Amino acid sequence: MTFLPKPKLHHPKLPTNTVGLTRRDYEGAISTLCAGCGHDSISAAIIQACFNLSLPPHRIAKLSGIGCSSKTPTYFLGAAHGFNSVHGRMPSVLTGAYLANRDLVYLGVSGDGDSASIGFGQFAHSIRRGVNMTYIVENNGVYGLTKGQFSATSDKGSVAKKGAVNTDQPIDLAAIAVQLGATFVARSFSGDKEQLVPLIEAALLHEGAAFIDVLSPCVAFNNHPGSTKSYDYVREHNEALNKLDIMFNRQEITVSYAPGEVTDVVQHDGSVLRLRKLHEGHDPTNRASAMHHIMDRKAAGEIVTGLIYVDPEPSALHEHLGTVTGPLNALGDAELCPGVDALAKVNASLR
Amino acid sequence: MPQPITATNDFVVKFANVNGSGSASANGLFAKSILRMGVPIASRNIFPSNIQGLPTWFEVRVSEAGHMGRRGGVDMMVAMNPQTWDRDVAEIEPGGYLFYDSTRPMPKSKFRDDITVIGCPLTEITNAAYSDPRQRQLFKNIVYLGALSALLDLEVEAVQQSIAAQFKGKEKLVPANYAALEMGRNWAQANLACPIGLTLRRADKVGDRIFVEGNAAAGLGAVYGGATVCAWYPITPSTSLAEAFEKYCTRLRKDPETGANRYAIVQAEDELASIGMVIGAAWNGARAFTATSGPGVSLMQEFLGLAYFAEIPAVLFDVQRAGPSTGMPTRTQQSDLLSAAYASHGDTKHVLLLPQDPGECFTFGADAFDLADRLQTPIFVMLDLDIGMNDWLCEPFAWDPNRRMDRGKVLDAAALDEAKDFGRYLDVDGDGIPYRTWPGTHPEKGAFFTRGTSRDRQARYTEEGAPYVDNMQRLLRKFDTAKSLVPRPVTTPAREKARDGVIYYGSSSAAMREALVALEEQGVHLDAMRIRAFPFHQDVADFIAAHERVFVVEQNRDAQLRTLLVNEEEIDPAKLVPVLHYDGTPITARFIQAAIADRASSANVLPFRKATP
Repeated sequence: MTFLPKPKLHHPKLPTNTVGLTRRDYEGAISTLCAGCGHDSISAAIIQACFNLSLPPHRIAKLSGIGCSSKTPTYFLGAAHGFNSVHGRMPSVLTGAYLANRDLVYLGVSGDGDSASIGFGQFAHSIRRGVNMTYIVENNGVYGLTKGQFSATSDKGSVAKKGAVNTDQPIDLAAIAVQLGATFVARSFSGDKEQLVPLIEAALLHEGAAFIDVLSPCVAFNNHPGSTKSYDYVREHNEALNKLDIMFNRQEITVSYAPGEVTDVVQHDGSVLRLRKLHEGHDPTNRASAMHHIMDRKAAGEIVTGLIYVDPEPSALHEHLGTVTGPLNALGDAELCPGVDALAKVNASLR
Repeated sequence: MPQPITATNDFVVKFANVNGSGSASANGLFAKSILRMGVPIASRNIFPSNIQGLPTWFEVRVSEAGHMGRRGGVDMMVAMNPQTWDRDVAEIEPGGYLFYDSTRPMPKSKFRDDITVIGCPLTEITNAAYSDPRQRQLFKNIVYLGALSALLDLEVEAVQQSIAAQFKGKEKLVPANYAALEMGRNWAQANLACPIGLTLRRADKVGDRIFVEGNAAAGLGAVYGGATVCAWYPITPSTSLAEAFEKYCTRLRKDPETGANRYAIVQAEDELASIGMVIGAAWNGARAFTATSGPGVSLMQEFLGLAYFAEIPAVLFDVQRAGPSTGMPTRTQQSDLLSAAYASHGDTKHVLLLPQDPGECFTFGADAFDLADRLQTPIFVMLDLDIGMNDWLCEPFAWDPNRRMDRGKVLDAAALDEAKDFGRYLDVDGDGIPYRTWPGTHPEKGAFFTRGTSRDRQARYTEEGAPYVDNMQRLLRKFDTAKSLVPRPVTTPAREKARDGVIYYGSSSAAMREALVALEEQGVHLDAMRIRAFPFHQDVADFIAAHERVFVVEQNRDAQLRTLLVNEEEIDPAKLVPVLHYDGTPITARFIQAAIADRASSANVLPFRKATP
């Protein structure tokens, strides 16, 4: 694409959100990914979600690993600090950042190579620790930046651009996240903005480990017939579990649903996730049945998308550790240094 | 038979035990009771990578003169482990003493005729007194402590005080231990010639010194240094450092009103995650550290390159053990210098601090956080097993009440509003150190993208050669700045003009100081320099230049500090004579003395001795 800087000017009548920012204020540098890359749609959805939620961009920290997906934080939230760390290690860097300051919003962006292969361990442990974050995997089933090798999420039997057939079992990161104790698990498709944006919003509001697996076709290496991560394949096999609307106490969305079709999940911060059920037998607040449902539909050849599981009363790592309510990085000498009298006592205990 | 050794307040007792038999507690009581008599000791655990069953030793060097290094040689062996009997007996100095459990008769061939053999039927005594097998085992240790107190003139009151202190809060156990102590003491007094040639005499040579292990001191240093995030993975011999941090935090770092923690400790899934969390936390403005050992440093290499290149403060305590690979996990070495100094692929250099004892583990442990913030780079505090896991007698910890954390060049919102142009990698002050901002500081200014890829002064991604070189050169300038910030080397001039010098560091220091005295008595005069940090202060090159030859004493095979000196200071390798000790045991004064005396060029040394290397 282009390295030209984006013009900062925008139309004076662009709508603003409750913190007085326009959607453009949530953008970043121009993408250098391939034209038509699914990842760019995800960046756009992140921008839209942050704008919709009126999050101050500088209070978000965006972190990533290495790979095409991990480049994307440059392309959104230009006013936020970003950290493009090392391959597969975003989760640990994000965990440390979260430990230092619990008051920021943490957005981790990763890919299937980054999270399902080299960083599988860190993915798992950050989720089981309950780091308060939104962890998005931009899942295209292929190593794009090194030109087309299978990844650990490539389906068994899927065909590479050059004709090789994948014989290994795929890792379903969403199913694993459910098993690991993530308190929010969703799957979506980069081509379905209507579904994706509310899911990202809900994840950002969720005060616990929120994981979203976003299928994101690679136009350069994994969008051919035979691929199970192509635009066509995913569109044909996409089975949405539910339709999500987010309601804030302050702005009730007036949508009418037939009774029995709707599940309201009240999140800890007071926001309401209103889910219109599209699948019988799927209860998004029941971990065991959510797991069962993923497996069941997978056997039928469907890719389930939507909100798979949510715990409305999540807890996060800082609560588990019993840390002070404010950020650790704001503590000063008085709070941190025990002083000379305490040291005299330590000395006395060592004699 | 040679004359039995006679010595007062100057001898070495070694206990040979079975791991998990409860001996550590009794041996610790022995050591602390001697300290209570005002007599300095240096004690060392020599233990296996095992929880129960393998041999373990505890060596107590009694030294009224205050020598804290390992001496070498054993004057009295308390041989409680049949597995290691032969080598334990062989280790005793001629004229020394062997104390053993004589319940079962031993063939004469199992003894030596140049030592004094002292049998005490410990099993018989404890079996008669106790019926519970666990009690028999545990009290056997206290019974031998009682016997030793009679044999060595160890004041029984001192032992009793130590027992009372040890069981503080569990006072019910005190009388039973006193009774076992008396049992051993009475038996020895009734049946053995007490005291033997090795005796203790009350002195006033301990003063207000404290007795502490380096890992605990470093953990406490991290508390005083303001660390709030600790991410670590268990590995011998560093584990007790993170545990000490937690212990002291529990005591000293709670919000007094809410009881909430002003710290976060995460036991990570591996060393990669540990250092990743440290880097994430430090990037976000917290003081963060990890504690590890050589294998952990190997695993952290990629992240250390990131922290160097992206300029993120991080503190690592590397408690070194014998490598390579799993090596000897419970034995000491100074063999991580190179892997730490040049950690990561690509061109990197890292700051190392080299504490000599727990006292410096505390001060360097705290200083490391100021240095990391000031220099925006990883700082290694290089302990080793000898310092880290053994209790050392050292000066009490001291703290300047006026000291404040130096958070380095961090711009807050007000500073960003005033600043003309913020560039994350802009060398505004000419010292190579740029300014940084923490995430969340300002709505419009100061945000930047941190990355391990090359970038320009404004933190924009680039693969252009010129900005890359510009950045790498600035990192070198920054490393130069570090030379003036790290602890300076300490020089001890010889009493007479010396042509040769010696350089040493870390846990070799105590043995080195003792060796210097002995060498001087032998007529070998050496100026001595203790290096306390890398990069090297200008003093180091000057010291080497001022001498014909410089011995470099270290505890590894490949002379790693010498390599750093040759490489960084462009010293002629022929000038630096390596003195290397790397069998996993702590270096001794005797070893250093012999190695240097053999090669010293002092005019006072008879030249023909050179013929016998």
